[in-house]
Amino acid sequence: MSIFLLFVFAVVVEKMILIVVLFTITLGVAAYSTYGERKIAAFMQDRIGPDRAGPWGLLQPIADGVKMFTKEDFMPNQAEKWLYILAPGAFIFVACMTSAVIPWGTQLTLFGGSIDLQVTNINIGILYIMGFVSLGVYGIMIGGWASNNKYSLYGAIRASSQMISYELAMGLALISVVMISGSLSLRDIAEQQTGFGWNIIYQPLGFIIFFTCALAECNRAPFDMAECETELIGGYHTEYSSMKLGFFLFAEYINMFISCAVISTLYFGGYNFPGLDPAWLGGLMGPIVLFAKIFFFIFVFMWIRWTLPRFRYDQLMHLGWKSLIPLAILNMVLTGGGILLFGN
Amino acid sequence: MQLTNRSVHVVNKKMNFWERIYLPAILKGMSITIRHFFMKPATVKYPDQHREFAPVFRGWHVLKRDEQGRENCTACGLCAVACPAEAITMVAEEREKGEEHLYKEEKYAAVYEINMLRCIFCGLCEEACPKEAIFLTDRIVPSDYARDGFIFGKDMLVEGTTPDKRIDVTKRQKHVQEPKWASETAK
Repeated sequence: MSIFLLFVFAVVVEKMILIVVLFTITLGVAAYSTYGERKIAAFMQDRIGPDRAGPWGLLQPIADGVKMFTKEDFMPNQAEKWLYILAPGAFIFVACMTSAVIPWGTQLTLFGGSIDLQVTNINIGILYIMGFVSLGVYGIMIGGWASNNKYSLYGAIRASSQMISYELAMGLALISVVMISGSLSLRDIAEQQTGFGWNIIYQPLGFIIFFTCALAECNRAPFDMAECETELIGGYHTEYSSMKLGFFLFAEYINMFISCAVISTLYFGGYNFPGLDPAWLGGLMGPIVLFAKIFFFIFVFMWIRWTLPRFRYDQLMHLGWKSLIPLAILNMVLTGGGILLFGN
Repeated sequence: MQLTNRSVHVVNKKMNFWERIYLPAILKGMSITIRHFFMKPATVKYPDQHREFAPVFRGWHVLKRDEQGRENCTACGLCAVACPAEAITMVAEEREKGEEHLYKEEKYAAVYEINMLRCIFCGLCEEACPKEAIFLTDRIVPSDYARDGFIFGKDMLVEGTTPDKRIDVTKRQKHVQEPKWASETAK
């Protein structure tokens, strides 16, 4: 009995360490995404970008964090107090939760033992991610509503209707991936894509749909309808200040990081790369490959943001409902036909 | 009537298939931005680096001294007369005995003020000056919180006597156009 308890304790400690490490990495990547965003924007506009805080401005995220913490924490008089405080917390919580099911690598061999590089390998990983992504709307909606400001509410409604619309096409694009891999577990999906058998080869249309929807889910340009200075002031976080605002902005970057991780896992082989065994370097090769892919996609996200003008709201809805959803259904039919004709 | 050949005739035509799926246009736009990604930034890091001004740049005025450190200005008032913005005021005074090392001629400006908020930096004072006393330099007039701070007296205008405090205006001297009548009367 005591051996069993010890085993449970060891597993809990192992998972706790993994969670803490993952949490730190997530926050670090999100923090430095803000820096990367500004630098990339600057380079694309022939500027230099932040270069005052530390060498090449590398301490800029820390300076921003200190600024966020020391700003006045303002709350509107008529705001719904508890919901107002709850919203940013809920948003960032949901954003952080999704990283639990992503397989960051195969196994890490350490001190003779081996550790699964995944917090939990539930067999409905994709459903879990979709569920939590959908919950993200609540943070936005509660925040916008609790501020008791019409602009916040408009922004929140826009953001949530956009996210709900694009979740549909996203889910339909995902079903095609699930169809060809035959599993909802992200680890199974990643394991099937060894070498060059990446899902992107079988699902190019699905990838484009999923990628577009991921942009929309993260509220990023060209789908950044939630923020609009001319129409909505700051969008759903107009009334927020200090670290509450910081949480909202931060959670969007975490969302982007997780989206990129999901895209890499679903369509680009996850921790697999032809010629590179994920078990190398004591299992560290997998995470290195995966992070390289993630950073590439983060760069693409930013690249798109600093290239494209935004959609008008009606164009956004047209694209979501009249183009992407029919295309996703078509993709599903084609995938089904392909499986029927050629087997797996 | 067309003024330029750059105007584009607007047609409300239907987009074709490739235009409607956006993707080729998106890739084209992204190729443009990635090209800019590797271009040299156009930034001049201002307080650290200064962009060089054109030789004809007209900024903060200087009242020159001659080689012996005596003020050139004789308070003739021609600059004040020439000034279209009426920014210049002065009070003339006679040079006393023992002040020969301070002022070049028998008369000098005891008070010389330029209101930098009125000044339009046209450079007419420089052209009007018969004694080569006033020049516009490539220094930018500093900002201030109050209007009083923009009335520059002699402390802000006259250059220093030591060589390191002298202000080089040779570029301006070359570029100040000599009035037509000057060359004609010289003949």
